[in-house]
Amino acid sequence: MANMSPKKAVMPHQPAEVRNKNFDEVALGYTAQIAKEEAERCLDCRHKPCVDGCPVRIDIPRFIKQIREGDEERAYRILSLSTSLPAVCGRVCPQESQCEQRCVRGLKGEPVAIGRLERYVADRHNEKAKVWPDPIASNGHKVAIIGSGPSGLSCAGDLARMGYEVTIFEALHTPGGVLVYGIPEFRLPKAIVEKEIKGLTALGVKIETNSVVGKLISVDELFEEGFEAVYIATGAGLPRFMNIPGENLKGVYSANEFLTRINLMKAYLPDSDTPLRPAKHVAVVGGGNVAMDAARCAKRLGAEVTVVYRRGLEEMPARKEEIDHAMEEGIVFKTLCNPTEILGDEHKNVMGMTCVEMELGQPDESGRRRPVVKEGSEFTLEVDAVIMSIGTSPNPLIRTTTPGLDTDRRGCIITDRRGQTSREGVFAGGDAVSGAATVILAMGAGKTAAAAIHEYIQSK
Amino acid sequence: MFKIVKKESLNPTVTRMWIEAPRVAKKAQAGQFIILRVDEQGERMPLTVADCDPTAGTVSVIFQIVGATTQKLNALNEGDCLQDFVGPLGRATETEGLKKVAVVGGGVGCAIAYPVAKKLYGQGCEVHAIVGFRNRDLVILEEAFRAVSHRYELMSDDGSAGKKGLVTDALKALIESGEQYDEVIAIGPLIMMKFVSALTKEYGIKTIVSMNPVMIDGTGMCGGCRLSVGGEVKFACVDGPEFDGHLVDFDEAMERAAMYRDTERHAYEDTCNLLKKGDEAHG
Repeated sequence: MANMSPKKAVMPHQPAEVRNKNFDEVALGYTAQIAKEEAERCLDCRHKPCVDGCPVRIDIPRFIKQIREGDEERAYRILSLSTSLPAVCGRVCPQESQCEQRCVRGLKGEPVAIGRLERYVADRHNEKAKVWPDPIASNGHKVAIIGSGPSGLSCAGDLARMGYEVTIFEALHTPGGVLVYGIPEFRLPKAIVEKEIKGLTALGVKIETNSVVGKLISVDELFEEGFEAVYIATGAGLPRFMNIPGENLKGVYSANEFLTRINLMKAYLPDSDTPLRPAKHVAVVGGGNVAMDAARCAKRLGAEVTVVYRRGLEEMPARKEEIDHAMEEGIVFKTLCNPTEILGDEHKNVMGMTCVEMELGQPDESGRRRPVVKEGSEFTLEVDAVIMSIGTSPNPLIRTTTPGLDTDRRGCIITDRRGQTSREGVFAGGDAVSGAATVILAMGAGKTAAAAIHEYIQSK
Repeated sequence: MFKIVKKESLNPTVTRMWIEAPRVAKKAQAGQFIILRVDEQGERMPLTVADCDPTAGTVSVIFQIVGATTQKLNALNEGDCLQDFVGPLGRATETEGLKKVAVVGGGVGCAIAYPVAKKLYGQGCEVHAIVGFRNRDLVILEEAFRAVSHRYELMSDDGSAGKKGLVTDALKALIESGEQYDEVIAIGPLIMMKFVSALTKEYGIKTIVSMNPVMIDGTGMCGGCRLSVGGEVKFACVDGPEFDGHLVDFDEAMERAAMYRDTERHAYEDTCNLLKKGDEAHG
C-alpha cells in the first residue's frame, strides 16, 4: 500500500538563523528511512507523466522503485543512464516546473519529492563509491568540447561512454563552469561537483583548464588538430548593467563578479588572496535564481540585504524554494521597485541607491504584466554595495573567431533542435544558444548534442 | 603547471620572468595580456605580455612588486612553477598602416610599450620612444628600446637619467618641433596616460592607451574591469585592453583602480616592508 500522505517528507535543513552565517549546505538530505517513506508515495504510474517533464528523461518511477526495494546502487545505475550529474541535478533542478509538476500525486496535495530522492540516491552512491568507473575502450574518434559547465560535462559523459576521446577546453583554472563559479557552496557543495567531474575523467574525459578557445586556439584549429566534431557550451556570457548613473562606482558588482569572488576565488576564507570589500547594507537588483544566490551570499558575509525587483513577488523568475529560503534567512524584498541612480561619496564609493516604486500595467510580450513607474514615488535606499543581477548577453569570443557560425540578433548561436550549428561538425547548446536558463536544460542540450555528434561522426 | 625558465631583476622593484607556455607563446601578440595564479589560493592577476618566443615556447612578463601577489610571484625562482597561466587575452595592438608613431612609456608600463614599439619597428614604421622614470635606478629596458626605435627620449623626474621632466614635456617638444605622428601610443600609470591624452587632444593626434584594471576571469564574464569610454561601458578584457585615450574616463578608472588598495596594501605590509620605497615611486 502506497504512502498516501498528501505532503512530501520534510527535508531536514540547517535552521535559518544558523545557516545565514555559514557557507555550509542548507538542505541536509533525506535519511534512508525518510527516503524510503517518500519513495512509498510514488504510485508507479504506467504512463509515467513525470518522465516527460524531465529534460534528460530519467526513468523516474523505476529509480524510485529501487529505493523502495532498498537497492540504492541499482537506483543510481538507472539515474546514470540518463544523467551525468545526479547529485547536482537533485539539488539545483527546478523540479516544481518539470518532473514534479506532472506528478499525479500533485493533483491532490504535493507531488512526490523526486528531486530530493534523486539527491539521496546520488549522495549514497558517492559516499560509498571508492572505485571510479574504468576507462572505456576508445572508438578512435576525437571530439572537442568548449566549456566544462553542466552542458559540456553532460555531453562529455555521454560521448565518453560511447567510446569517444573527449577533450574539454575550460577557460578558468577549475572545471565546472557555473556549478563552480556561480552556484554557492551552501546550495551545491563544490566537493560534489569535484566528485562528479572526477567520475568523468575516470571514464577517460580529458579536461584542459586555462584554455580560452577563440584566443589560445580557434574552432578551426581544433579541427586541424584532429577533432572531428566540436561542441560549444560556453555559457551565458557577459553581465548586463542597467545603464543608470553611478554603475561604475566602487561597490557596484555584477552578480557574476560577486559570486565568482566568493565561490571560485573563496573570498570569504581568511587565506584567500582575492578580496571582497566589506559591506554593511547590500542591495541586489533582480529577481532570478542568481539574484537569490548573490543575496544569500551577501547575508552570510554579514550584511543586511535588500532584494530590489521591478515586478511583484509572483512574477519573480527565481524558484519559490530559493525565495523562501532567502526570506527565512532575513533578506528583505522590495518588489515593485526599480533603481534609477546609484549615489556615491566624494571617493566614488557607493552610499545609496535611488529607486522608484512601480505598478503593474498591461502584459508585455513575455506575458508578464509590464511594470510602470508610479509618479512621485522616488526614495533612496541607504546601501554601500549594489549587486546587479539582471541577466547576461552572449560572449563574443567564439562568434567572432569562427567564420560561418550563425548567431541571432542577440548574439546567441543558432542551432537546430539537435544542436547542429550552421557549420558542419560544429554543435552548440546550453546558455550559449538559449540565453541564460537552467542547469538541467543545459544538460539536456548537451545530451541531445552528444547523440547528434555520434550520428554525425558515424555517418561520415 | 607553468615553469619559470628565466628570472631577472630589471630594477629593485621590477622583475622579468620567462614562463614556459608553448601554446600561448605561439599566439600572443603585442598588446595582449595573460592571467596568472601563483598558487592554489592565489588571486588571478592580469599582466600584459612583454615579449614571447614561439620557438622556445616561452612568454615573458614584467611586473612591479606592489602587493601581496606580486611579492609572492617575485619569491619564485627559475625552475619553480606557476599554478595557472592563461592567455593570450584581449585584443592585439592595431599597427597596420602606421608610418610614424610616438610610443610613450612610463615606469613599468615600458614593459608593455616595448613589444608595441618592437612590432611597429619590425613593420618599418618610424618609432619615437619617449620613456619616463622617477630616477636612474628605476630605468628599465633602455637597450631594448634603443634597438627598436629611431629616436629615444629618456626622461626622469629628478634628472638623474636622460632629461629632467615628464614624458609629456618631451612629447610636446617633439610635436612643437614639427614631428608629425600618425598616432601616439601611451602606456604607463593612469595619471600619465591621462595627461598624454589631454596633450595630444590639443593637437588632434589619435592616441591609444592600454588599460589594466582589476579583473577576475579575463573573458568578459565578471565585468569587474569595466570602464567608461566615450560615455559607454566597455570591458577592458574583451573590448580592450587598448582604447582611444581621448575617450577614456581616467578619473573614474583611477578611483576604480584604488578599490582594493586598502586590502591589498594590508596584505602586502603584513608580509614585507622592504620595498616600500620603490613602491611609492610607481604605485
